[in-house]
Amino acid sequence: MSSLETPPLSTAQARSDSGNARRVRIVLPVVVLAAGVVVWDLVVRLNNIPPYVLPGPGAVFSTLVADWSILWQSLLTTLLTTLEGFIAAAVGGIALALLFNQSKWLEYSLLPYAIILQVTPVIAIAPLLLIYLPQQTAVIVCAWIVAFFPVLSNTTLGLNSVDRNLAGLFQLYGASRAQTLRYLKLPAALPYILGGLRIAGGLSLIGAVVAEIAAGSAGAGSGLAYRITESSYRLNIPRMFAALLLLSAAGMVIYMLLALVSHLVLRRWHESALGKEN
Amino acid sequence: MGPAVTLPGLDAGPSAGFAVSLRGVTKIYDSGVAALGPVDLDIRNGEFVSLLGPSGCGKSTALRLIAGLSAPTSGSVKVANRAARHSIGFVFQEPTLMPWTSIRANVRLPLMLAHVPDAEADARVGEALAQVGLAEFAEAFPRELSGGMKMRVSLARALVTDPDILLMDEPFAALDEITRFRLNDDLLALWRGLNKTVVFVTHSVFESVYLSQRVIVMTPRPGRLAAEFRIAAAEPRSEDFRTSVEYAGYCREVSVALARASGEKLAS
Repeated sequence: MSSLETPPLSTAQARSDSGNARRVRIVLPVVVLAAGVVVWDLVVRLNNIPPYVLPGPGAVFSTLVADWSILWQSLLTTLLTTLEGFIAAAVGGIALALLFNQSKWLEYSLLPYAIILQVTPVIAIAPLLLIYLPQQTAVIVCAWIVAFFPVLSNTTLGLNSVDRNLAGLFQLYGASRAQTLRYLKLPAALPYILGGLRIAGGLSLIGAVVAEIAAGSAGAGSGLAYRITESSYRLNIPRMFAALLLLSAAGMVIYMLLALVSHLVLRRWHESALGKEN
Repeated sequence: MGPAVTLPGLDAGPSAGFAVSLRGVTKIYDSGVAALGPVDLDIRNGEFVSLLGPSGCGKSTALRLIAGLSAPTSGSVKVANRAARHSIGFVFQEPTLMPWTSIRANVRLPLMLAHVPDAEADARVGEALAQVGLAEFAEAFPRELSGGMKMRVSLARALVTDPDILLMDEPFAALDEITRFRLNDDLLALWRGLNKTVVFVTHSVFESVYLSQRVIVMTPRPGRLAAEFRIAAAEPRSEDFRTSVEYAGYCREVSVALARASGEKLAS
């Protein structure tokens, strides 16, 4: 009898396999990071590179600790700008997509300008904005300009990706425009909207930094990007690295937060958030 | 079969006893493809009719016209009580469920759109789910169900408004044979119990003969009515009918007509 039994590839084993795969995906980047830091340190030490050219990881870390109060304040400033730009981009992008979806005329009239705004490099627009707008507003507008387009285009794509038969069903049952939007188009577009927001999160940080750099050279502001320009004028290279490190970390955290939100919202139904086993 | 004759007063509804009545109906798509017609067709109240034909013979188009999902290029489509907007239930080839919400909410959709009060809606959703044997899956999400179960949900959603007419567009075509046979039997049981008019589109001779009181064979491009068969088998039908000589005979006749309808078109 026992010869007929299938070899026990138990669920516990399968789970531990996927657990291993997951651990590898975390361990490998960490190993690469550690190796990179060690190489960096060795290069600086062995060549006796002075810290105003290339500071070693130790120097960057100690600057990070020593200047923490300044850098922390700057980080908060930049994050606040990013958040405001992101919210403006999310609200503006989704609202514009909804308007376009309701009225083709509006879409034909305005879409080309949304595209122009998107393809013009924001670094070239920022100095102009700083002339006409109060600095804080200009910085937020920059973040918005960079971040709203992916939200707009993804939401539009989502709203147009509604299942044809489901739309027919809503029509058959006499759904109003508002009902179709609320119960059909928005839920169907949700995965696309969340994808757009994930891109917009990183972009609004970029927009904020670009505007801060443009503004920073004019001598005002206190965000992280301003700290970087300021430190470069003072040849305080370790602080430049420390600020850069914080910016990268902020970008990572923003991305992970939005990915988490997306996963939590979609996990019960959308393919992108389902495990391979399902 | 002359040009469409539109009688005055016909707009009030189909003639007494008819659930659906098509007169000289044609459908030409914007692309210039003549999909249907002209077609004259009357379907009696409570009748189970199958539209049978090869792919692209306009049978789905006919169904969409009856549902009011598209307008005929010419001719008239009359449906009893269409003014009461929940007089029609539609089942698509795919389950066409909203993946983002539960089975209960999916079945409830037509009632929600019509602002039916919660208590009444709950009761009717429960009843519809029970009719298709899915009461205990109300809180599941569509992806957690098998293909056959999703199709049952789709059927429950079509039944929840208690429509007079059930339109079904190759609803079981994508299912395996075992599941399809079972759903065929379930559908027949529902039809006998609920006394609804059913228009069933299929490309399966065997399915159409097994289910219908009347099988209408259509020609492809543009779809026209080629032949009509009354299946006068004893009710209720069951597995015995499926294996009977009588059933085989009907299937042979219908198959020949279908082959001729498809072939004529190829020859011309």
